[in-house]
Amino acid sequence: MLEIKDLHVSVGDHEILRGVDLKVGRGEVHAIMGPNGSGKSTLAQVLAGRDVYTVTSGEVIFEGKDLLVMAPEDRAREGIFLAFQYPVEIPGVSNLYFLRSALNTIRKARGLEEIDAMDFLKLARDKMKLLDMDENLMQRPVNEGFSGGEKKRNEIFQMAILEPRLAILDETDSGLDIDALKIVANGVNALRSPERAIVVVTHYQRLLNYIVPDVVHVLYDGRIVRSGDKRLALELEEKGYGWLEDDRQLSAAGR
Amino acid sequence: MPTPVSNVEELANQEYKYGFVTEIETDSVPPGLSEEIIRLIAAKKREPDWLLEWRLKSYRYWLTMKEPTWANVHYPPIPYQDYVYYVAPKSAASGSKQIDPELLRTYEKLGIPLQERELLAGVAVDAVFDSVSVATTFKDKLKEMGIIFCSFSEAVQEHPDLVRKWLGSVVPYTDNFFATLNSAVFSDGSFCYVPKGVRCPMELSTYFRINAKNSGQFERTLIIADEGAYVSYLEGCTAPMRDTHQLHAAVVELIALDNATIKYSTVQNWYPGDKQGRGGIYNFVTKRGKCLGKNSKISWTQVETGSAITWKYPSCILQGEGSVGEFYSVALTNHYQQADTGTKMIHIGKNTKSTIVSKGISAGHGQNSYRGMVKILQGAQNARNYSQCDSLLLGDQCGAHTFPYLEVRNPTATVEHEASTSKIGEDQIFYCRQRGISTEDAVSMIVNGFCKQVFKELPMEFAVEAQKLLSVSLEGSVG
Repeated sequence: MLEIKDLHVSVGDHEILRGVDLKVGRGEVHAIMGPNGSGKSTLAQVLAGRDVYTVTSGEVIFEGKDLLVMAPEDRAREGIFLAFQYPVEIPGVSNLYFLRSALNTIRKARGLEEIDAMDFLKLARDKMKLLDMDENLMQRPVNEGFSGGEKKRNEIFQMAILEPRLAILDETDSGLDIDALKIVANGVNALRSPERAIVVVTHYQRLLNYIVPDVVHVLYDGRIVRSGDKRLALELEEKGYGWLEDDRQLSAAGR
Repeated sequence: MPTPVSNVEELANQEYKYGFVTEIETDSVPPGLSEEIIRLIAAKKREPDWLLEWRLKSYRYWLTMKEPTWANVHYPPIPYQDYVYYVAPKSAASGSKQIDPELLRTYEKLGIPLQERELLAGVAVDAVFDSVSVATTFKDKLKEMGIIFCSFSEAVQEHPDLVRKWLGSVVPYTDNFFATLNSAVFSDGSFCYVPKGVRCPMELSTYFRINAKNSGQFERTLIIADEGAYVSYLEGCTAPMRDTHQLHAAVVELIALDNATIKYSTVQNWYPGDKQGRGGIYNFVTKRGKCLGKNSKISWTQVETGSAITWKYPSCILQGEGSVGEFYSVALTNHYQQADTGTKMIHIGKNTKSTIVSKGISAGHGQNSYRGMVKILQGAQNARNYSQCDSLLLGDQCGAHTFPYLEVRNPTATVEHEASTSKIGEDQIFYCRQRGISTEDAVSMIVNGFCKQVFKELPMEFAVEAQKLLSVSLEGSVG
């Protein structure tokens, strides 16, 4: 479904991703872990099309198409969804209106009929239960005055409505207490499907107790230095990221 | 891929779709301003002597005045002697009852059909073309309820006592440079009187169009709501694209007696000039309402998207005890547009209350200033004011300025002022695009969200219009 080949990304003169290779298949859940500054969030944002980053070389193929030439909105319409680490506020625009506009542009791009306000409300109510969300959050302006936890829940709620083919969750666990974390994780698990891939970007292993990944990758200094199953996350938790530093020096010396 | 910043700027390149010119035979006076010209205008309009005297008095006073320079706008000297102060379509000037088909087509193109059966059911329209009113719809229906709604010229002929009583009672002929000029040369406008206890059943509206080249439009609107009356009034305006500046110096006077309410909404879309700042209307307007009676209310709502320069402060004199003044404003400046706009709330009576909500949007090289005065006089026991001024910047070439003046002479008064400036975030736009929404729609959505508080004050049909207008003004691709 998604194939990243030797991806190099810079901001200004500073190279952040230094040759990332990654393959994600349909129905799989991948976790990308790594210390601060390793390039995790950069990778997530580049996949979504954020243009403060410059792709200097490499390829990203999504469902057979070259993702890097597409505008962010076209990527979204193709089925890529990013749950933001810091969801923005849009004053005066109700959550419901925002999300219906989003869903309808995506539906239109897929040749489906637009959904009317009544049907959308029904759909929204249904999905809200999944995230245990208060209905008044729907009428309020997008993320305005939401608590950190409400914002993160709202992201997953949007994912539930938009039904992406590939969802990238950027540090969705940060700032959540354990109860909120469970709710969010349950929401994500409910959205696992054989048709959908999920990439979970996280600093901590904690989230992966609840969203159990098929594959765990470790991003370190702009490269994926290790991949394995969920035990890799536990190993990291135990040994810390310093363990990779030694490891990397060894592999560099061996080259 | 272009950066989002340049996207926003691209979007800010609007097309002005009302810029066509109507080819029509006109009756006009020679360019320039003098007592002879004023006498000629008065004669063409067969005006009574008292009105001519008032015009001349204004003109002589105007000669002693200096053009104000305190506003935060910049423009070369205005060649007052080059303007034509009276231009009328020949058919209207000859007093014909038939509307010229060319004019009908013009208004249809503008989306304002003048045939009553095609009109929005709930709106009566007075159409002012250059210097004269060419049609007023639903006049007879309103007359049955005792409501007078007609052109100013007709009011002078048919209801001279009402005009004479109230003309200049809110904006005296000595008021300011542009209002005084208007008092000397005003040619037409709308007049409305709503009698005691009558609630006007439809929106009244005036649609102003400046067509002729190098002409000035100086209209005057006078609205009187008698005791317990209610009226909602809307004005809209457009002009052709010309590379010279046209002058528009209007005066609006509103009078609300005991328990009366006047709601006055403006959607101003005069030609703003081109992307380099050539051409466009100079919009120097004096609008003021007097809450004369107790518990009366005057509410101004304006959406200002056009004009090269806007200089405009719709104000309320809160004289009656318990009277209420409101000002809701959205002002958008793009390219090289400049706006210096705001309001004055003068609290005279006890328990008077005013609310100011101003939303300024600047794009391109636009400069947007809010200038507001809240004045609480000694006798205004328990007066209350709430002001909120928010500015939104698109791009980094534009500017937003806020000049609030407060003058409080009564210790029981409560005055609150809040202000904010924000920039449309690339983060906000990216967030929307990540959800599948195009940059254009995202900007439009964010700006409309920013203006929501004001739009909800507009009559329904016009709120939709205003939203569309704002999108067009920002986006170019729509319409």
